[in-house]
Amino acid sequence: MAYDSSRPIYRQIIDDFQKQLVRGELKQGDKIPSQREYAEKARINPNTVQRAYREMETMHMVETLRGQGTYIIVAEPMLTDMKAHLGQKILGYFIAEMESLGYDYAGMIKLLHSEQDQRRAASKDD
Amino acid sequence: MIEFKNVSKRFGTTVALEKFDYKFEQGKIIGLFGPNGAGKSTSIKMIVGLNRPDAGEVTVDGKEPRISRANIAYLPEIDHLYPWMPIKQAARFTSTFYADWDETKYNELLNFLNLDPQMKIGKISKGQRAKTKLLLTVSRRAPYLLMDEPLSGIDILTREDIIDAIIKDYREGEQTIIISTHEIAEVERLVDEVVFLDKGRVKLAGSADELRAERGHSLVETMKEAFRNVNQ
Repeated sequence: MAYDSSRPIYRQIIDDFQKQLVRGELKQGDKIPSQREYAEKARINPNTVQRAYREMETMHMVETLRGQGTYIIVAEPMLTDMKAHLGQKILGYFIAEMESLGYDYAGMIKLLHSEQDQRRAASKDD
Repeated sequence: MIEFKNVSKRFGTTVALEKFDYKFEQGKIIGLFGPNGAGKSTSIKMIVGLNRPDAGEVTVDGKEPRISRANIAYLPEIDHLYPWMPIKQAARFTSTFYADWDETKYNELLNFLNLDPQMKIGKISKGQRAKTKLLLTVSRRAPYLLMDEPLSGIDILTREDIIDAIIKDYREGEQTIIISTHEIAEVERLVDEVVFLDKGRVKLAGSADELRAERGHSLVETMKEAFRNVNQ
């Protein structure tokens, strides 16, 4: 996973786990890497990883059992909320960029529909 | 905790530090950044007791630097190793100076860094020498680790190995690391706290992630922004 140096790193660690959850790559009860394993693999300051894990505990995303590891405790409706939240975040970047190009919402929606049509047509040809 | 209280220092007519006031937070990895001549090396040497302030005070755990010297592992910028020694001899030599030498850590890191203990220091590449310096400095259980330009002039793969070794070795909250470096991009993910020095003073300081949240850009960009107007 690539980390963006222009945004808080600890937040990106949390986003990483949220994305895996929303995609179904991680499920309730799954064990996630230890803080140390994550820090070494991602090449990030262990203090930053600790901050992210602590925040995930506060958010009730994970639970750490002493001597056993850290486990996902997320289930519905939190998953749906997470998906919506992540989607909104990405939408925020999209809207900002499109507006800077001069698109209004109607223009963005029109472009989205045309893109959808093009993609449908392309997949029918396969 | 390492504390600088209004420290000033001159070398002849050159001002190295000018009312430098800063507390290096315990248990963090702190990046000390700034242009050449900003006072980074001078302040690190002061913590180790190789320099003394002209005015103001430097304390390590509330005491004079000389007294706390044994708690500090110092990686200097210069090549301080003896070229005729094989690595294992240099290790044995170094271990005699420190009560907290950790042989297990030494062996693990030796392996991790891919160094051959039989190799003579004078005969190995610059990158391997940089790794050896690191190995000998961190094979100790010292609560403070000071690194003066540990990544300077070495290839990118070796730099990554060195950063990986630092992360692998670091025990969160237990160790305080101060890294002075020009390679800010390389240490973006390594540092928690940053201090930007300019002409011997603190120009900007804070938590790396908080600076990113406030400014919406990287530490590299923050450095450029802070110093861009200086030359005008």
